[in-house]
Amino acid sequence: MSEQTTPAPAAPPPDEQRRVEAAAVETAEVTGSQFARIMDSSVGRNLGLVIALVILIVVGGVTAGDRFLSVDNMLTILRLASVIGVVSIGMTFVITGGGIDLSVGAIVALASVWATTLATQTMAEDTHWIVMVLVAFAVGGGCGLVNGLLIAYGRIAPFIVTLAMLASARGLAEIISDRKTQIVSNRDFVQFFGDSVLGVPVLVIIFALVAIGGWVLLNRTTFGRRTLAVGGNAEAARLAGIDVRRHTAMLYVLLGLACGLAAVMLMARTTTGTSTHGGLYELQSIAAVVIGGTLLSGGRGTIVGTVFGVLIFNTLTNVFTLNNKNSSTQAVATGVIIVVAVLLQQRVGRSRGST
Amino acid sequence: MTDLDTGGPLLSMAGIVKIFPGVRALDGVDLDVRPGEVHALLGQNGAGKSTLIKVLAGAHQPDEGTITWAGEQVRLNNPVAAMRRGIATIYQELDLVDGLSVAENVFLGHEQSNAGFVRPGTAVQATRALLQRLGHADISPRREVGRLSAAGKQIVSMARALSHDARLIVMDEPSAVLDGGEVDNLFRVIRDLTADGVAVVYISHRLEEIRKIADRVTVLKDGRTVATSLPVADTTTAELIRLMTGRSIEFVFPEQDDSVTLGEPVLRVDGLSRPGEFTDVTFTVRAGEIVGLAGLVGSGRSEILETVYGARKASAGIVTVDGKAMRKGSVRAAVGAGVGLAPEERKSQGLLLDQSVARNISLASLRQFARSGFVRRGDEQTAAKQHAESLDVRPAGVERPVRTLSGGNQQKVVLARWLLRGCRVLLLDEPTRGVDVGARSEIYALIRRLADDGVAVVVVSSEVPEVLGLADRVLVISEGRIVHEGPAADIDEHRVLDLVMEGRVA
Repeated sequence: MSEQTTPAPAAPPPDEQRRVEAAAVETAEVTGSQFARIMDSSVGRNLGLVIALVILIVVGGVTAGDRFLSVDNMLTILRLASVIGVVSIGMTFVITGGGIDLSVGAIVALASVWATTLATQTMAEDTHWIVMVLVAFAVGGGCGLVNGLLIAYGRIAPFIVTLAMLASARGLAEIISDRKTQIVSNRDFVQFFGDSVLGVPVLVIIFALVAIGGWVLLNRTTFGRRTLAVGGNAEAARLAGIDVRRHTAMLYVLLGLACGLAAVMLMARTTTGTSTHGGLYELQSIAAVVIGGTLLSGGRGTIVGTVFGVLIFNTLTNVFTLNNKNSSTQAVATGVIIVVAVLLQQRVGRSRGST
Repeated sequence: MTDLDTGGPLLSMAGIVKIFPGVRALDGVDLDVRPGEVHALLGQNGAGKSTLIKVLAGAHQPDEGTITWAGEQVRLNNPVAAMRRGIATIYQELDLVDGLSVAENVFLGHEQSNAGFVRPGTAVQATRALLQRLGHADISPRREVGRLSAAGKQIVSMARALSHDARLIVMDEPSAVLDGGEVDNLFRVIRDLTADGVAVVYISHRLEEIRKIADRVTVLKDGRTVATSLPVADTTTAELIRLMTGRSIEFVFPEQDDSVTLGEPVLRVDGLSRPGEFTDVTFTVRAGEIVGLAGLVGSGRSEILETVYGARKASAGIVTVDGKAMRKGSVRAAVGAGVGLAPEERKSQGLLLDQSVARNISLASLRQFARSGFVRRGDEQTAAKQHAESLDVRPAGVERPVRTLSGGNQQKVVLARWLLRGCRVLLLDEPTRGVDVGARSEIYALIRRLADDGVAVVVVSSEVPEVLGLADRVLVISEGRIVHEGPAADIDEHRVLDLVMEGRVA
């Protein structure tokens, strides 16, 4: 498996993050400091991320020279970032809506296995490779739907439901594949997704399109507005006539579909489908979303921040790899970055009188 | 403890002021408590009782005023400081850890330990002694708290207070979760405590209880003390209700314009019931009419409103809007038919505090501004701005977060939301709760303007003068039933209170 993994500490359940809003409201300070105001604006928040990324690039350039700064290496970083990036965009919606999903990696694995079974591949040979893509989407969306229904209508905590999905989806993937790596035989499929347009890999283009689409969906549509409302104050959203439960379910379906797409991209990059795909994706994507500036308690989300979060983690991995530092050192650095980013976020939150 | 012997006050709070952004929650409150007495603190929701006990518990710092404890002026900087002085607070939502045993809960935070090692045996023995003192030797100190009844948990909370050598115990609505027999037992425990010289501040709005247990009573209204240390024995229940609900400030109510003729009935509520909350509620509201529901806290008035809105599901009865029956328990059906609600707890139920005024206003009518799912933000801004301006939301500008507005202006934002939606029926639960006295007249004028534009309005308020001044027609609710219905002009405050009492005390 060529996947570079970046372990991260487990995120606490969202309920733990939620405080009694009323208590915070009473003591809310109306005026924040100048610093807080700057940090609070989207410019300020993203500025911090840009600076972090620039520092990483400078460090990479100084320590690894041309090996880091070459166009090829940059495209490698982006190509590796694109799969987890697509998952993280979906995760941004779920977290902004006040939820969490631990099952994304397992769903990616299941979708990749299901789409590369002999039956699916034969069907794809007979018709078109799009069949494999559709199967991956169906599996991802289906898992997301199960998550969503259990959380929204079964009223079970998202942490629990998706933990259960994590275990069973990966288990199912192992059963279906008999723990064997399934090779993608369809050459057209691999060629299509492995290609480049004007020097930019198709995978990177897909990530860019998903990011743009996600930004538009979150910031410009009623769906995005409702996501913010549901995550910010579910009771107020309900009393304003929003169907909170249906919306919550839809958020998990959206993330499931993103996982299906990620599975397709991973199948193309590795030319395999296996039950070990997507290992630790849940932690990587949650980490990227949170350092990007999306509130883990919901109600505030940023797609641009998530994209930066993904790029920062992947650039970090690349710099460490080029300097022959082992993955343990990377893990430590990743942990430090997460804590510092969240500390910063909390300071901003506190000065605004909310969590 | 010389104060015990001389009979001087144990606690004396004077001129306490507490300001939250946009509202003076406490505006000069006095409270005197003697050792060994039960001192009742009485007031409607939002009168400032909770804020006052939080000041006393060290959870809030007063902006002005002094606290004198056992003859010495003190500052209670945090809850631990208050506890050290011997002030224990038992909150309405009991702060016990369900997964721990009774003894572990009692000594939570001050465990009986030896060089860092917990000594469970000592804690169990000490807890047993405390429970015995409270007359509840039947509760085992080793029992898991989560398995106790609400009454049992309350006893554990009291044992915890005593374990701190509390000389003053504040009880916030202790009877709210108890049934009749358990309340009697609670009273027995309270009498035992006071016989030992412990003072109790007892908060409740059940007047019969206060009559039974309290020695003296202090009444709060709008963050002020309207009566201090009245001896309960010499004060009639009617007098207490008058103090609690009575007019303390002259509100300016808008003139009713006689030229406006009422339209067709818009909202019909027929035989609406919810077990334990209200029974067989029937009324009609016509276009342009304001109907007020008057009643005490717990009479079922807010529950009726929420059921009409579909936020609670009725067990019987139907609600029709413009002749169309609403699906039971569906907020979406109600909103779809043009019903809007300004909820009682504005901040937790009504607003997205961190989001802008514009987004809060457009929340219920996003579809109006959407073209194939995309929000046309220009149109949204324009419409939000127009409504914010027409309701005079201050400061002007719809981009600032709602959190930064005062209570009155937050309420205007909620009203603007339903105005923008173009609603036919507006349900207002405590429309001036947390609203500065000065801004109230403005809200009243707004509500009247909405009615004149043909909206059917239902208002619920704890303040009888508010209901009478604002409404065209008044329904008096007592014990979940409508006990009177008639024009607001034909009834006065005393008559309303009599009706409330008849249903309640008689």
